[in-house]
Amino acid sequence: MTSSFTGATGAAPSTAVAARATGLTKVYGEGETKVVALDAVSAEFRQGEFTAIMGPSGSGKSTLMHCVAGLDTITSGSAAIGGTELGPLKDKQLTKLRRDKIGFIFQAFNLLPTLNALENITLPMDIAGRKPDQDWLEKVVKTVGLEGRLTHRPSELSGGQQQRVAVARALAGQPEIIFADEPTGNLDSRSGAEVLGFLRNSVRELGQTIVMVTHDPVAAAYADRVVFLADGRIVDELHGPTAESVLDRMRSLPTGAAAPQRESTRPGSEGTAAPTG
Amino acid sequence: MFRTALRNVLAHKARLLMTVLAVLLGVAFVSGTLTFTDTLGEAFKKSSAQSFDHVSVAVRPHSAREEDRPKLDDALLEKFGKLPGAESVTGTLSGFTALAGKDGRPVGDGWSAQGTNHFPGPDGEDPRHRFTDGRAPQGPDEVAIDSRTAERTGYRTGDTLRLSADGSVRTPKITGVFDTDDGNVAAGGTLTVFDNATARKLFDGDEYEEITLQAAAGTSERELRQQVAQVLPEGLKADTGRQLADEQAEMITEQTSAISNTLLYFAAIALFVGVFIIANTFTMLVAQRTKELALLRAVGASRRQVTRSVLLEAFLIGLIASVLGFAAGIGIAVGMRAAIGATGAELPDGPLVISPTTPLVALAIGVLVTMAAAWLPGRKAAKVPPVAAMNSVHAAPTARGLVVRNSLGGVITAIGAAMLFLGVSGGTTALLAAGAAAVLIGVIVLTPLLSRPVVAASAVVVDRFGVAGRLARLNAVRNPRRTASTASALMIGLTLVTGLTVVAVSVQTAVDKMAVGLMRADYVVTSVIGPGLHPEVREKLDALPEVAATSPMRQGNADLDGSYQKVTGVDPAAVGKVLDLDFAGGSLAGLAGGGALVDQETADAAGLATGDTLTLKFYDDDKTEKLEVTGVYNGNQMIDGIFVDTAVIDRHQDKPRDYQLMVAMRDGPSPAAEKSLIAASDHNPAVRVQDKAAISEEISSVVSLLLNMLYGLLAMAVLIAVLGVVNTLAMSVFERKHEIGMLRAIGMDRARVKRMIRLESVVISLFGAVLGIGLGIFLGWAAGTSVRDTLEAYTMTVPWDRIALFLALAGLVGVVAALWPARRAARLNALEAIKAE
Repeated sequence: MTSSFTGATGAAPSTAVAARATGLTKVYGEGETKVVALDAVSAEFRQGEFTAIMGPSGSGKSTLMHCVAGLDTITSGSAAIGGTELGPLKDKQLTKLRRDKIGFIFQAFNLLPTLNALENITLPMDIAGRKPDQDWLEKVVKTVGLEGRLTHRPSELSGGQQQRVAVARALAGQPEIIFADEPTGNLDSRSGAEVLGFLRNSVRELGQTIVMVTHDPVAAAYADRVVFLADGRIVDELHGPTAESVLDRMRSLPTGAAAPQRESTRPGSEGTAAPTG
Repeated sequence: MFRTALRNVLAHKARLLMTVLAVLLGVAFVSGTLTFTDTLGEAFKKSSAQSFDHVSVAVRPHSAREEDRPKLDDALLEKFGKLPGAESVTGTLSGFTALAGKDGRPVGDGWSAQGTNHFPGPDGEDPRHRFTDGRAPQGPDEVAIDSRTAERTGYRTGDTLRLSADGSVRTPKITGVFDTDDGNVAAGGTLTVFDNATARKLFDGDEYEEITLQAAAGTSERELRQQVAQVLPEGLKADTGRQLADEQAEMITEQTSAISNTLLYFAAIALFVGVFIIANTFTMLVAQRTKELALLRAVGASRRQVTRSVLLEAFLIGLIASVLGFAAGIGIAVGMRAAIGATGAELPDGPLVISPTTPLVALAIGVLVTMAAAWLPGRKAAKVPPVAAMNSVHAAPTARGLVVRNSLGGVITAIGAAMLFLGVSGGTTALLAAGAAAVLIGVIVLTPLLSRPVVAASAVVVDRFGVAGRLARLNAVRNPRRTASTASALMIGLTLVTGLTVVAVSVQTAVDKMAVGLMRADYVVTSVIGPGLHPEVREKLDALPEVAATSPMRQGNADLDGSYQKVTGVDPAAVGKVLDLDFAGGSLAGLAGGGALVDQETADAAGLATGDTLTLKFYDDDKTEKLEVTGVYNGNQMIDGIFVDTAVIDRHQDKPRDYQLMVAMRDGPSPAAEKSLIAASDHNPAVRVQDKAAISEEISSVVSLLLNMLYGLLAMAVLIAVLGVVNTLAMSVFERKHEIGMLRAIGMDRARVKRMIRLESVVISLFGAVLGIGLGIFLGWAAGTSVRDTLEAYTMTVPWDRIALFLALAGLVGVVAALWPARRAARLNALEAIKAE
């Protein structure tokens, strides 16, 4: 069964596709321990759109992000970033692609403790050997409100500030797409709201494209569109979400969001070990 | 607790690998040394005991002065022979005997080329020489050689041999080949046997060196000794063969234990270096297990129990490593014997001797060193509060505590430096040594402080490698304590290597300067055996057309103001052409007319100046001679004492000999000139012809040999330090896997991750190397001041080429040490790494 959803009416004016998954399948292990994490998933992420990927834990939402972002290999099907197919790329080319076209925000381990805030922000450009665009950099720093803290080390910043540095780092290189993996998972609700606000603003004001994985309906409500995953398949989609509407959809998901469930080759069967999403 | 400790050891196998290796190598060095020296000592004892088999009683001079005792002559020999308990009596005699091989070159070096007399007993045999071929020599034109020499040179019975025992060349026939227990032969020397009359003539013997008696059947050694004692004149002593063998065994034990002690010093250095690695590993293990330890505390373990569990872990690791190290040590002992055998030195055969104390010592040392190194981390573990089990963040090691450490290090370094400077100006070696040790320890304590500026300075080079270089540099000082102990381990080895190199190279330069500095001659001709060159050698050389001038260096021994004075006879007409004497007063001019040249130091001591009269009493004939001081020159250790005309010496000696001939050539040194000099000296195997370059080379080869041995001994310490670098980097990669994963995710490729780890390794290694080299030069300078007391020409020479090589090698060590950790880092799965714990 193939499920295909297209965000036809995004908030973004553009209709160009920043990233795409087509019949994307990811299988872990073999034989008895074989686990299908993604089952022929097709999805498109448009430029200038803020998409949230939601689903219960183990639904394959992180796996989908990792595969589309070139961090994990694909078993079958295809994934592409801005028209570049990831499948045939070698590690070196994938690394370069991530460096030049993708921004990342993780739940933790986002910053290098030896570098100050500014150095962390420009790190991807330093790796690429590119000079940062000063005007843009200033704009980004201002957007995330880090003006006075650029020379601080991560250890001198709060959790929220650290995550804002991570957001700035992702934005600074003007990547084609930013992937955020539970970016507010380690933050208190106020700092989390701040970071999500910045992400939304960067889409609205700077025209960024963001794909965010989350299990928090409140976080998902910041997005333009929410894609729901369950058991390795896309099962639903919501435009212009609110926290309530997201929560409602989750409750109505086939496997239920209330009881996080393990993935398996046969939907509904339980007890097969799988990597957590 | 035991189970917890065991589980922990097993769980961290890979991370403990380097620690185990470090202890293993140290313990292997110790047990290898003990086993090797025990084996060697036993083999030597056995072989020397054999050489006393045919000696029941030996009679030797009791006092050194010949006047105080009767001579060991034939009359005495006969007297002993008449004793009822004596089966046979032998008089032995020996001296240097240089042999030429079939290629005309001397066999072996001068000192181990020996000759002796053949003294057949009533049965016609001399038990010292067991003939395997031919017969004993008879008359002046016959000799026999030992079987090892025969094998080495290819000479056989019936061949003619070229040799020199008294300075002149002889070409006797070889009548036989024999086996012997002679210790000199066992050590790789040669032994030539002459018949008794010839030996006495050659070795200038109006007496024997020793008379040995063999007891008749039914007479014990002690009974025979009592019989000998009754007829023994005053001034001589008699010992039984047993006593002699015991005496020798004691001497061998003393010598092997001296070797053993020297090796153990280096083993101790290696173990000391290992301490840093063990401490690093345990500090990391404790830091990683903070939560676990806190949990133990939370469920009721006392601080003591926590410390004990860490120490128990250390005990287990120490035990495992020591057992393996002991086994490796036995291997080293076997290998060392084979290696020495391969260099050509002959060691007596014998079984491998493992004394029962060796495994005990090995285990005790390995376990104690490991536990001592783990003690501080163990105490730190106990300080983890139970509440840490609940906290999600574990506290990172902070700069707290470095203040105390830095002050302590500063004080120790300052005290050490003060002692050094006092030692340098006051000159006691003990103070110098204590100061050097204190400075070394002080700098080790200060290393974390020093790491920041030194590593920051590396930015100039490292940052050229881009972001990988900058991150490497920053990572290198992230955990200053760990970086410091890693670098310290390397620093210790390099301090010693550099210090020893500076002193050795300076000594070499000084000796070289003395040996050839005052020489104008192109060649020095010397006798490698005792008595020196016959004056006729000079006449032959003078007859060569290519020789411009020669002067003998004829030795005279005289007394000046009640003490021994070296007097050298030279040719006044030629000495100016072969020696470059630096006159403080007077000149060469008056030497021919019975004048004397005195070196400045001797002149000062005796209160002599140019124009004064010098009174020398010659030992050779007890006659006194008055000479006018016609010149005072600045001498050195090689060219010193009083120079006179050879005619002065000849007046007091029956058989004048030249210990050296200085030869100046018309066209300087050349292979052809050297060849004709050798030919003119009759291809005498006892004569050595060397030009200045050969002399310098000989000096430098002695120094190189010594240095290479020291480098070899220090190699183990350096190797362990390299393991430390590997260990530290592996730990860092393990601890920073999330970070590295993040870097990979945001676009750092594998090559650059590798480069980052490699550069961190190089930075740490070079940091240790720079400290070690700096400290080594400083300590080398300090040690040099005490050398200057005995070697005036000593000036510190820093061999920059070698030091550059050390630095390059340290950089290479960094690259090699990073191979495995860098590969692990590059292979890290970015996905696994960035996932939240």
